Amino acid sequence: MFAYFLRRLILVMPVAFGVSVICFLLVQIAPGDPLTAIMPVDATAEEQAAMRAVYGLDKPLPVQYAIWVAKLAQGDMGRSIASGRPVAGEVFGAVQNSLLLALSAAAIAFPIGIFLGFLAGYFRDTPIDRAVTAISIAGVSVPNYWLGIVLVIIFSVNLGWLPSMGAGPGGSQDWAWDWLHMRHLVLPAVTLAVVPIGIVARTVRALAGDILTMDFVQALYAKGMSRGDVLRHVARNAAATALSVMGLQLGYLLGGSILIETVFNWPGSGFLLSNAIFQRDLPLLQGTILVLALFFVAMNLVVDVAQAAIDPRIKRT
Amino acid sequence: MKESLVDIQNLDVRFTGARTVHAINDLTLNLGQGETLALLGESGSGKSVTLKTLLRLLPPKRTEIGGKIQVNGTDVLTLSGKALQQYRGAEVSMVFQEPALALDPVYSVGAQIAEAVRRHKGISRDEAMSTALDMLRRVRIPSPERRLRNFPHELSGGMLQRVMIALALACRPRLLLADEPTTALDATVQIQILLLLRELQREFGMGVIFVTHDIGVAVEVSERIAVMYAGQIVEEGTTQEVIKDPRHPYTRGLMAANLHGVARGERLNAIPGAPPSLETRPAACSFAPRCPLAEDACRATLPPVHVPSPRRRIACIHANAPVSAE
Repeated sequence: MFAYFLRRLILVMPVAFGVSVICFLLVQIAPGDPLTAIMPVDATAEEQAAMRAVYGLDKPLPVQYAIWVAKLAQGDMGRSIASGRPVAGEVFGAVQNSLLLALSAAAIAFPIGIFLGFLAGYFRDTPIDRAVTAISIAGVSVPNYWLGIVLVIIFSVNLGWLPSMGAGPGGSQDWAWDWLHMRHLVLPAVTLAVVPIGIVARTVRALAGDILTMDFVQALYAKGMSRGDVLRHVARNAAATALSVMGLQLGYLLGGSILIETVFNWPGSGFLLSNAIFQRDLPLLQGTILVLALFFVAMNLVVDVAQAAIDPRIKRT
Repeated sequence: MKESLVDIQNLDVRFTGARTVHAINDLTLNLGQGETLALLGESGSGKSVTLKTLLRLLPPKRTEIGGKIQVNGTDVLTLSGKALQQYRGAEVSMVFQEPALALDPVYSVGAQIAEAVRRHKGISRDEAMSTALDMLRRVRIPSPERRLRNFPHELSGGMLQRVMIALALACRPRLLLADEPTTALDATVQIQILLLLRELQREFGMGVIFVTHDIGVAVEVSERIAVMYAGQIVEEGTTQEVIKDPRHPYTRGLMAANLHGVARGERLNAIPGAPPSLETRPAACSFAPRCPLAEDACRATLPPVHVPSPRRRIACIHANAPVSAE
C-alpha cells in the first residue's frame, strides 16, 4: 500500500511541474501590463524600465521561471502589487477560509447526496426515484449565485435570522468556532452544497442501481443475507467510484466558489482571485491559482490512494 | 421413494409488468432426501425460474406464484422475514451459473463464505473463517490458506465455481440447487466440477436439483431426469428410463440433437422452430407446433399425463404408443 502511495506520488510530480509552468505562463500571456496599473500615467520610459527591473520582469522567461520557483521553494510568492503584502500570507489565509467553506458544504452535501442517491437507486423507477432525480437536476441546474441571493433575501433581509456578509461579526477575518462566526457560514455553505448534492445523488443513484441488478446481489439473498447486509455490500462496491466523484467535487468546491464567495463577501480564495483579476495583481493571481491547482492535484492523489485501499480490483503494487 | 425433501404441487409462476409471461404452468415435482435430479430443457423453458422460486428469489412485486411448495416440511411460499433468511442458505442453497458474477468483487472469498456461516451458525469471525478454510479444502482448492484471502478477480473460473460450491455447502443444506454450474466453464474444468459435485453429494448426502441443457451432464450427475418444456415437465423418470426409453417427442428431439455419434459434414438434428413465448397460459400441448407427431387433438387440449410406473410420467398422447420420432 505504501509502495502504491509512493508510486502515485512520483507520478504526481510531472503534473505539479506542468501546473507551475502553466501558472507562470498564464500571467505572461495575459493581456495588459501589470506595471501600468501601479505606475503613474505620465511615468517616463526610464522609470518604467526601473520598475520592470525591480520586479525582475526584464529577464528572459526561463530565468524568471527559475527565480520564481526558487523563491516558491522558500515560501516566498512575492508581494502583492495592490496591497504590497506578501502573497503567501494572503493566499494561505484565504485558502483556509475557502477550505472551511468547502468542507462545510461537503459535510452538508455528501451525506445528503449519498442518502438520496441510495434511496433513488434502491427504489429505481418509482416516484421516489423520480423525486430524487428532479431534486438533483434542479440542484445542478439552478445557478447557485442566484440561489445565494434568494437565500440572502429570505433569511437575511426578510427574516433577519442569518448574516449575509463576511466570515465573522464586523467583518472580522479571524475564524473562531463559536455561533457568532458559524452563523456566517450557514448561508454560503448551504448555497454551495446544492450542486454537489445533485451530482453526488446522480452518481450514487446510477452506481447503486447498477450494482443492485448484478448477480451477486441475488446470490447474497440466496445465502440468507438480510436487506441491510446486501446494502452494505452495495455500498462497499459503490464506494470507490463515489469517492472519486466526491474528491473531484471537493476540489471544485474549493476553487469554484468564486461566485458564492463574491455574493457573500466571504474572504476566501475565490474572493481573493476575483480581486486579483480586477486589480491585475499578477503575483497574487499566480500564487492563488498555483495553490488551488496544487491542492486539486493533492486531492486527486488522496482519492487515488483511498480508492485503492477500498477496491481490491485497483492494482496496489 | 425415500422420505420427501421437495414437494412441488401445481406450481404456477407468472411475471407481470410490461409483458406478461407464464413462466411455469402447473408444475408438479417430487424429490426424495439425498436424491439428485436433473432438470433438463432449453433456454427459456423455466428451469432457472423453478430454482429461483424454490429460494423465493424472484422479485415479489412482479411475480405471481400459485400452487404449493414444501421443502423438508416447510411451506416455502408463506415464509417471510427472518424465517426466509434462515431458510435460504441453511436449508437450501444455490450454485450459480457464472461464479465470477455471483461473488461480490470487493470482498475476499474467505470473507464471503464466513459471512454466510456466521449468519446461520452464529459463531465468531475466527471460527467462521476456519469453517471457510475447511470448506475450501473439501472442494479441493490447492493452498486454501492463501486462497481464503484472495479476491474473486484473482481466481480462475473453475476455482471460483469451487468457491461457490464451498459457499453453498458451508452451512450443510439439505438441498442444493445448481443452476447450470458448468455452462460458463471450459470443457476440461466442467468435468472436474461435475465429479466434485457428485463426490460432495455422496459425502454430504444432500438432495440436488441440477439444472442443465446438456443431456451428457444430466446423465453424469443425476439419478433422475425431469424434462421441461414451456414451463411444464413433459417427461420424468430415472436417468436410465429417460435415456434408454424416451417417450416424449421433445425428449427424443433433444437426444437426436446431441452431438455424439454425428459424422463430420452431416447436418445436426436440430428441433425445428422455437419455444413459445408464453404470453398466454398454454391451453394445448406447447410442443405441438414443433412436434413431428402432432395431431388435431394435440392442438385442442392439454395432453393427458401417462404414468406407466410410479414416478415415471409423460405428458403426451403418444406416450403409450411409441412411434419413431424420425
